[in-house]
Amino acid sequence: MGLSRRDFLKTAVGGGIMLASNLTPAPAAAREPKARLPEAVGILYDATLCIGCKACMTACKEFNHLPPDHSHPGSLWDDPVDLSAKTYNIVKLYKQGTGKHKDQEVDGYSFIRRFCMHCVDPACTSACPVSALTKDPTTGVVRYNKDVCIGCRYCQIACPFNIPKFQWDTAFPQIKKCQLCDHRLIRGGYAACCEFCPNGASLFGPVQELRKEAQRRLALPPGSTAAFPLHRVDSGEFLYKTVARYQSYVYGEKDGGGSQVIILAGVPYTHLGLPTLPDESGASSSETLMHTLYKGMIGPYVLLGGLFYLVYTNTSKKDLP
Amino acid sequence: MAETSTPLGGKIVTKPFMVLAALAAMAGLLIIYRYLYGLGAVTNLSDGYPWGIWITYDVLVGTALGCGGYAMAVLVYIFNRWEYHPLVRSAVLTSVFGYTLAAVAIFLDIGRYWNGYNLFLPWHVNFNSVLVEVALCIAAYVLVLWLELTPTVLEGHPQSAKAQTNRDRLERWLPIIVALGILLPTMHQSSLGTLMIIAGHKLSPLWQTQLLPLFFLLSAIIMGYAVTVFESLLSSLAFRRPFETPLLARISGVMAWLVGLYLVLRFGDLAFRGELSLIFQGNLNSLMFLLENYLFLQALLILMSPGRRAHLRWLFVAAGCLLLAGSLYRFNAFLIGYNPGPGWSYFPALPEILITLGIVALELMGYLYFVKRYPVLPQVEHA
Repeated sequence: MGLSRRDFLKTAVGGGIMLASNLTPAPAAAREPKARLPEAVGILYDATLCIGCKACMTACKEFNHLPPDHSHPGSLWDDPVDLSAKTYNIVKLYKQGTGKHKDQEVDGYSFIRRFCMHCVDPACTSACPVSALTKDPTTGVVRYNKDVCIGCRYCQIACPFNIPKFQWDTAFPQIKKCQLCDHRLIRGGYAACCEFCPNGASLFGPVQELRKEAQRRLALPPGSTAAFPLHRVDSGEFLYKTVARYQSYVYGEKDGGGSQVIILAGVPYTHLGLPTLPDESGASSSETLMHTLYKGMIGPYVLLGGLFYLVYTNTSKKDLP
Repeated sequence: MAETSTPLGGKIVTKPFMVLAALAAMAGLLIIYRYLYGLGAVTNLSDGYPWGIWITYDVLVGTALGCGGYAMAVLVYIFNRWEYHPLVRSAVLTSVFGYTLAAVAIFLDIGRYWNGYNLFLPWHVNFNSVLVEVALCIAAYVLVLWLELTPTVLEGHPQSAKAQTNRDRLERWLPIIVALGILLPTMHQSSLGTLMIIAGHKLSPLWQTQLLPLFFLLSAIIMGYAVTVFESLLSSLAFRRPFETPLLARISGVMAWLVGLYLVLRFGDLAFRGELSLIFQGNLNSLMFLLENYLFLQALLILMSPGRRAHLRWLFVAAGCLLLAGSLYRFNAFLIGYNPGPGWSYFPALPEILITLGIVALELMGYLYFVKRYPVLPQVEHA
């Protein structure tokens, strides 16, 4: 065998360094976390104001032209048990012990609305290979374009909230999710769920205003009476309500990089099915790793050059035993 | 040494071939059903588990088993170990079928396949998506693999002068084709691991780590060598040819080092992240983790002993352990350790399994056809 130990080691070390430089994640090249868009719009959902009437669900179905979702064969009305390709928005219930007291963790209950959070740094748009899911550069709405989607469902794997849904029962399926009534926004309207919420639990508006409103509510003394805006944060319409005992935390402020839908509640968020997420978004950690490995495709090209050189010299030498 | 390969000859349509054909035909019918009535009609996939065995087995395990060509090319062309060259052709052949059918499986799995061309339109492609890297790289590698196989096919037509000139022309491009054939799997086998980074908390910390790409790459190379050993042993048995024992024993030494490195990194990473306690929780995740790493460790123990390496029986067991270990690692990291939240569960449906079996059958049929018709396996030197 004509291969000397020295040659072998040279190759092994050289190759090892090339590989290592490609594969070790270097935090120095980390992708910057995405900042909130200044003109982004969103929803503040206050579970303590929600009475579980599901007017938002009916409005959502109507204005998004969604069919009824029957959870069991004998059901006559729309009665979804979870989000699906037919249901973009759902009101769920947390109940513990006797379930008597609203917004109380023990022996209490709380409603919780689930729909797309319209993340500041969405995992779905980062994952989508063909840019079928995109974030509007102004409003920040996360939209879906069926004309480019290949149906790979990586968005479903990526989303920490399991929001994108797939049509499993058709030959020509689409991904379905809340698009913040984008079709109404462009005509000067706003999200149907907020327009038809009778109790101010769902509030539409610029995210910066909604965040201020959320902080205002957290500062209110529990048990006092305060004014709560109805439908839109700037509508000028108010309801006067008793202030509940809030969890002193705005869900969506920073969770998973933050979202344009923010939530207030009286019971801990984990009970409401909201995941505990790190401040860094999944998109950021994935892209940081990926862009470290493939920065400007320099790594792959250098590796290809090195490989070509070795293969070329070795095929011409051909050290046969 | 003039190293030559010859076709095995013999009948193509044999009894085992017919059984495989029947399996493939059944899968074919189910595939028609899938295209008429949607994915829900043949699979147990759901919004909680959008990826099932077609991705985990056909694509992840299938391409890792198809890493034989890659692993052998590294050994021969990069480390200049030409004594292994007799094994390269059959390794490339298994890779060709492993990868081509993985690409077919992707087409079965994607819901809006008619939009698939968008992956190749730069104005639609999202270069932040890990899946783009995987898809483009696998597509390119399937092409490269067929190019790597072409000299074998052309050599199979020795009477045609045109085939031989084309073969000579192609051989001149060999260094760049081989270099690409090493670069592309390095890229996409690691990226297959990177795919799960974005799943974040949905994947158990036993598998969720920034080192996913490294673990996927290392285990793919290990599986590549294991499959080469396995395949060489099986084809020697099936076609009653002499065993390539000394060669296989030496490859096994390489495998032992790689498996050792893999295990040190795997457990070092868990210790570094402070997640070692998850191993002993007695739940499904910890059991599967233990099984996965027991198989790696068992193979390492066999391969570390030069005495055992020289025994075909032990080699067979060790290679089998490694193939199972690497496959289980992939199932764990994509399905078993993946938990989208309460209320979701997944076990493949019968038609889903039958389609996968049909794809495997097609792979075996292709292999049998090629080794009988074309010069793939090394010529047996008669005493």
